[in-house]
Amino acid sequence: MTEALKELGAQIEAKRPDCVIGWDVTFDELNVDVAPANIAGFVEFLKNDPTCKFSSLVDVTAVDYPERAKRFDVVYHFLSMYQNQRIRLRVSIREDEMVPSIVDVHPSANWFEREVFDMFGILFTGHPDLRRILTDYGFRGYPLRKDFPTTGYTEVRYDEAQKRVVYEPVSLVQEYRQFDFMSPWEGAEYILPGDEKEGAK
Amino acid sequence: MGVMTGANTAGVDKEMVTQALNAELQDKGFLLTSAEDIINWARTGSLHWMTFGLACCAVEMMHTSMPRYDAERFGIAPRASPRQSDVMIVAGTLTNKMAPALRKVYDQMPEPRYVISMGSCANGGGYYHYSYSVVRGCDRVVPVDVYVPGCPPTAEALLYGLMQLQRKIRRTGTLVR
Repeated sequence: MTEALKELGAQIEAKRPDCVIGWDVTFDELNVDVAPANIAGFVEFLKNDPTCKFSSLVDVTAVDYPERAKRFDVVYHFLSMYQNQRIRLRVSIREDEMVPSIVDVHPSANWFEREVFDMFGILFTGHPDLRRILTDYGFRGYPLRKDFPTTGYTEVRYDEAQKRVVYEPVSLVQEYRQFDFMSPWEGAEYILPGDEKEGAK
Repeated sequence: MGVMTGANTAGVDKEMVTQALNAELQDKGFLLTSAEDIINWARTGSLHWMTFGLACCAVEMMHTSMPRYDAERFGIAPRASPRQSDVMIVAGTLTNKMAPALRKVYDQMPEPRYVISMGSCANGGGYYHYSYSVVRGCDRVVPVDVYVPGCPPTAEALLYGLMQLQRKIRRTGTLVR
């Protein structure tokens, strides 16, 4: 399986050297890094090339790495039912950069891209209807960015005087709890309570 | 050994009451009661619930009306129209986006109307209490009569909640809420 993926990766890179920045096979999965400007053409190539035939779009999503200059990774998953292969494309972009939409190649990308826009604020050029899809009407902010607070900024309540549901700034009755899931036996990067002297040595 | 000095809390002997009622019925062929009592009796005996299924709690709500627990033996039945229902069961996570719709549906229900909040999410946000998109308890939007705890509550628990609501209606015992 891995051999076939490596062959496929080398083949794709040889055919489209202008699009492919790099590729690797990790955990038996083929990852290809693609230049942002060429993503639409590259997806079309993957769809139509007889050795690839990645005709099913499985998912479009993104990852936020706030410490990086190229902050977001837009991730595409494709499935080839002809070749029984899967492929993952990664496009790294800065916060102010835009990604070309692939709606013209895969119409099913429409709502996926809307969701990525809703959750991360990434803009897709050439998208026919780039609106929010999941969050509330008039919602502000992008929830899946790392700098977005879990509790958000507003909460709703029915106002008896105004006879409608009103929006207010969040006021938590109970303090927000920070859960520490890191096991002290597996690389916790802080000094455990009671171990202060040990750490000073 | 304790000696009771306060008011008698044992309540009436239900068997004796039934016997007295039967005797009256046999004797005269009819029963006498007040309009309030008969209307409240009718109310408790035909609670039609507005199904507001929002998440997994809705499945347990369905179980309540299915043959095993058979809510209809208490006169409690699902009625998917707000204009013809008496009680709304908020079953599941109420999101900010859904809140105005929930209130709209509640406002369409005729008086007297009751609300049962079913499950942790509807009671106080539950698992999603700190989320940016979830209402921290449906009592922020509609007035709640009975809270049913659980995640999700069993069909039995919801049935018990419905019976507590019946009890509440019976105990309040007035025409106007």
